Amino acid sequence: MAVKTYDAGVKEYRAMYWTPDYVPLDTDLLACFKCTGQPGVPREEVAAAVAAESSTGTWSTVWSELLTDMEYYKGRAYRIEDVPGDSESFYAFIAYPIDLFEEASVVNVLTSLVGNVFGFKALRHLRLEDIRFPIAYIKTCGGPPAGIQVERDRLNKYGRPMLGCTIKPKLGLSAKNYGRAVYECLRGGLDMTKDDENVNSQPFMRWRDRFEFVGEAIQKAQQETGERKGHYLNVTAPTPEEMYKRAEFAKEVGSPIMMHDFLTGGFTANTGLANWCRDNGMLLHIHRAMHAVIDRHPKHGIHFRVLAKCLRLSGGDHLHTGTVVGKLEGDRQSTLGFVDQLRESFVPEDRSRGVFFDQDWGSMPGVFAVASGGIHVWHMPALVTIFGDDSMLQFGGGTQGHPWGNAAGACANRVALEASVKARNEGREIEKEARDILTEAARNSPELAVAMETWKEIKFEFETVDKLDVA
Amino acid sequence: MTDIHTIGDYQTAQTLETFGFMPKMSQDEVYTQITYIIAQGWTPAIEHEHPSRAFNHYWTMWKLPFFGEQDVGGVVAELEACRRAYPDHHIRLLGYDNYTQSQGSAFVVYEGRS
Repeated sequence: MAVKTYDAGVKEYRAMYWTPDYVPLDTDLLACFKCTGQPGVPREEVAAAVAAESSTGTWSTVWSELLTDMEYYKGRAYRIEDVPGDSESFYAFIAYPIDLFEEASVVNVLTSLVGNVFGFKALRHLRLEDIRFPIAYIKTCGGPPAGIQVERDRLNKYGRPMLGCTIKPKLGLSAKNYGRAVYECLRGGLDMTKDDENVNSQPFMRWRDRFEFVGEAIQKAQQETGERKGHYLNVTAPTPEEMYKRAEFAKEVGSPIMMHDFLTGGFTANTGLANWCRDNGMLLHIHRAMHAVIDRHPKHGIHFRVLAKCLRLSGGDHLHTGTVVGKLEGDRQSTLGFVDQLRESFVPEDRSRGVFFDQDWGSMPGVFAVASGGIHVWHMPALVTIFGDDSMLQFGGGTQGHPWGNAAGACANRVALEASVKARNEGREIEKEARDILTEAARNSPELAVAMETWKEIKFEFETVDKLDVA
Repeated sequence: MTDIHTIGDYQTAQTLETFGFMPKMSQDEVYTQITYIIAQGWTPAIEHEHPSRAFNHYWTMWKLPFFGEQDVGGVVAELEACRRAYPDHHIRLLGYDNYTQSQGSAFVVYEGRS
């Protein structure tokens, strides 16, 4: 065995952290970074620097490294690939031994992988494209409080996507008027309504008042329709203590579900709340405010597929994924790529969807994909095709902007949804036949006919900023 | 400006979940949905319940789920037999999906007179 001696000074990272012969272990956590180095720095040195700075390394050798087995603990850059259609960037694949991370802590994983390394001077840009979590790590995480199957059973929703909407205007309503808007949507045919993410506990509507009125709205709508209803009561709060206080009361007023903003609230709060929801039989809807700050730049930050994977591990029963067709950013193939990560038990590598690794989720429950933002009845056949049954389709303006009001707007969406699902089951190509299917359905639904007339001209046709890398 | 005299009044309805907002299905349409359930590899099953108890998770099963049933006509015959036996009950058709351990489909075919 080679004798190790202390040799002070600065070494090239690649001497220790570039290991092209390394075969990753099944227990390794694997990451793919898109790296854009400073001009003149060799790719191997950049990749090795990322591996080092996101694991055991620091800029200078230190004597105390000799007190441990660095070969066991270090991250390893083991592969470099060209980015299709981009000559200045490249993909670096890095393997991290599982013992670098505390069990069940996406907080710890992210602190290492997207910590100091992102400010590293040898890099101009750095983007975490994907993480392969080993099944051994996944089994330590709690994950969704209920999951898709349990939520369907609790709420008696089968064979179709669920329907929701965010209550508008998003700020300024009194608690009683807000509860009115909720009741109207639910009685009209929506399964659930949602607090806007901006609604926490402002002076115009304190959380406790909102919860009480919304609780009554849910109960009344359930009694009158015979269907199970819910409203995502937003318990995102300034402190964890306050968050749990609100969560307790959401349960008390009889809502089956509450919501949290996982990025602004933070993963520590989110994981704690998910555990609380599991213990208390509550569903958890997850909003993603701040995500575009982190994930939209094609060369820097964290791709949303990574944030989606982290959320599934941290815990949530619904997660916003974009709509592909609505007002917010989202490439179709890329969106389908991370929707799979939320719902499936195994997702194979598929570069055409931006999936860099096989991902085995084991028995981790699935998360409903939520499509929300600028969608209306005309989009329904496309949304059913893109997202399938295990999704929550949310029409905010598309419900409450109906000329006859929320209940008629909700009904229009529900008719459009059920007509699309029925036609799909009959074997029709519903995206192509969208106009025929909706027109037929509108013959029996004046609410849908009015909605189709109202939104016939609205389109959101802009090029996606963050596209998949293709030549 | 919206004219209050031209807008409709939406009346709340008891809608019994999936396809509750569709017009009552014809025999052919029910037949097509059963075909879909069987084609997915799901097991058709029938449940019925008095409308006064329809909100419960559990309705009464009609016999057992039709494991291995490939004949749509056979399922239709059971729906009719269930309806003759319980004319005042809601009757729903399910498709058990043993892979997801859920129901891939579930909708009320006949509404009982409450």
